[in-house]
Amino acid sequence: MKMPPHARNNNSLPSPGGTHGSFGRPGAAMNFYATLLIALKALRVNLLRSALTMLGIIIGVAAVIIMIAVGSGAQEKVEAQIKSLGSNLLIVFSASASQGGARSAAGATHTISEDDAYAIARELPEYLVGAAPTLRGSGQVVAGNSNWSTTFYGITPDYFEVRAWTLADGRYFDPAEINGAAKVAIIGQTVATSLFGDESPIDQVIRIRNVPLTVIGVLAGKGQNLSGSDQDDVVLMPISTARNRVLGATVLAKSRSVGSISIKARDGVDLKIAEEKVRDLLRQRHRLQPGQEDDFNLRNLTEILQAREDSSRVMAMLLAAVASVSLLVGGIGIMNIMLVSVTERTREIGLRRAVGAKSGDILRQFLIEAITLSLIGGLIGVLLGSLGAELIGALAEWPIKLSPFATALAVSFAAAIGIFFGYYPARQAARLSPIEALRHE
Amino acid sequence: MNAPLIRTVALTKDYLLGDTRVPALQGVSLEIARGEFVAVMGPSGSGKSTFMNLLGCLDHPSGGEYWLDGEAVARLSDDALAGLRNRRIGFIFQHFNLLPRTSALDNVALPLLYRGLALADRHARAAQRLAQVGLTERAGHHPAQLSGGQQQRVAIARALANDPALVLADEPTGALDSRTGIEIMALLQTLNRDGMTIVVVTHEHDIAAYASRIISFLDGRVVNDRPNTPHDASADLAALPDPAAA
Ligand SMILES: Nc1ncnc2c1ncn2[C@@H]1O[C@H](COP(=O)(O)OP(=O)(O)O)[C@@H](O)[C@H]1O
Ligand SMILES: [Mg+2]
Repeated sequence: MKMPPHARNNNSLPSPGGTHGSFGRPGAAMNFYATLLIALKALRVNLLRSALTMLGIIIGVAAVIIMIAVGSGAQEKVEAQIKSLGSNLLIVFSASASQGGARSAAGATHTISEDDAYAIARELPEYLVGAAPTLRGSGQVVAGNSNWSTTFYGITPDYFEVRAWTLADGRYFDPAEINGAAKVAIIGQTVATSLFGDESPIDQVIRIRNVPLTVIGVLAGKGQNLSGSDQDDVVLMPISTARNRVLGATVLAKSRSVGSISIKARDGVDLKIAEEKVRDLLRQRHRLQPGQEDDFNLRNLTEILQAREDSSRVMAMLLAAVASVSLLVGGIGIMNIMLVSVTERTREIGLRRAVGAKSGDILRQFLIEAITLSLIGGLIGVLLGSLGAELIGALAEWPIKLSPFATALAVSFAAAIGIFFGYYPARQAARLSPIEALRHE
Repeated sequence: MNAPLIRTVALTKDYLLGDTRVPALQGVSLEIARGEFVAVMGPSGSGKSTFMNLLGCLDHPSGGEYWLDGEAVARLSDDALAGLRNRRIGFIFQHFNLLPRTSALDNVALPLLYRGLALADRHARAAQRLAQVGLTERAGHHPAQLSGGQQQRVAIARALANDPALVLADEPTGALDSRTGIEIMALLQTLNRDGMTIVVVTHEHDIAAYASRIISFLDGRVVNDRPNTPHDASADLAALPDPAAA
């Protein structure tokens, strides 16, 4: 026989139906925000452990950020460089000039001539846009009381197109000036500001090696090249002026020889083929026998620049290796800590199950915990990586480019690692039987 | 409302220990009406906890049937059982099982979280339950800052959070001194007087004496099921010497 049940008295407890009716179906999944708070709290309990666990992710993400910053910085700089040099650029250096640089020009015999350039332009029009012979020299430019040490080039009209120079002010040389050794010059931005400040240099007179030249134009600025030298620190003059008046008494002034010839291939022409055509023509003109070495240096500048980009790419690859190893280690660290955490908190899991957590709720809780861990690590990594990239940029004077895309990529990568390495421990937690978990010591 | 809250028919549970089958429960058929206060007794290993786990929808029976409030439970999915536990059953454990570093209020609110209630609602309800067990002042305290008796009262408040139909307590006084044990039984008696159905596992006759019905287990079977005129725990408490005066 049983005791008669007492009448149910609900005076102190509101009915659940009344209170939760507006919250959808009973037992609806707990909300994301609450789960996130649980995760943050669990991570805060073992702050040092959480921080150490994040270390791998922090280093990995920082490396990714630096890698992309260095890589895209270098790439951007090289692209800008190629653009400022002129694309599809081949340069023929005189054998001696290419070894000793500018100053050797004075004593050396140059092995290529102005006529080589004209022949190249004449013979290979289907491959080339132009071939510009240049004579190079350096010295003081003087204007009034100011003087400035610079590099000057004797050029032909092709030079502007081949080397992608445009004018900011004034006019180009006319053919008569080019042929007639006219005392005129076009100067770069740096020379213009150094000598004339804010004044217009046009129609002003500058002196190089005591030869007075009237400035007729100012070049548009290009900035530094990859090796850091200022491309705007330049004075251009007709090649005949350079040869007959400025370089004057030197040996090469008497010949038609030049230091280099810049050649621009046509768009769509394979640069390798253009290079071969130019080489064949020069060898033929210089009467070189098969087997005999070239007496000139033919360079594909775009290729050289790309090789530099490649070397910064090697650096980036190295960082990528560091990044992937640390991210992997970081991921395994997260998995390890999460497995420890699941074991430590087995009773908690049992309790949560007893009071109504579904196994999916437990899975989500631990997964969010792992993702939170990796995301916080990722954000710290982004911060440190950006600082590191700026630092490298400042100290090593490397071009650095931080991109929001890289940041987003690194952070989502960190999150993906949290999901990937957090899933297994979370599933272990979710699979625990409530009874076993509650009985766990 | 005349149907029993709990009805089991030939309920069995076997555990597998390696290749051997351990029959922990060997056919338990009984009914528990709404508002009863049942003590489950029996020697260690007699199947009391196994039976409570089945009543608490924490486990699937190996055989037999179980209706909770008219709903057939035996073959429900795990998720359905979780929902049932959340809404219909409050658990009280020997070792309280409160979340450490978590306030009493948040501990009490835990079942409400899995019901999907908003934070303000959870806290309002949890505060109500804490008041009910006389711990309003301790809402912000962590378990480590509470005595064993207070912790068990927080656990009771948590068991009540979702206004369950049934409270299950497996040795709720096992970890407490005898006076605190009686205090807990007094609290359960108060709840029972308000209509709550309560099943308590104990191996102490003094504790079972506060129930209105005593069921004895042996080797996985019910060997005795008798009504009991319950002692009044509050009266017993009053008769004890005041610990504060001592
Ligand atoms: N998870 C389990 N695996 C194997 N055997 C178990 C398990 N749980 C309980 N048992 C066995 O079932 C029987 C009943 O156990 P239990 O219900 O815990 O008894 P009580 O709570 O009355 O002490 C015991 O023989 C016990 O050893
Ligand atoms: Mg037991």
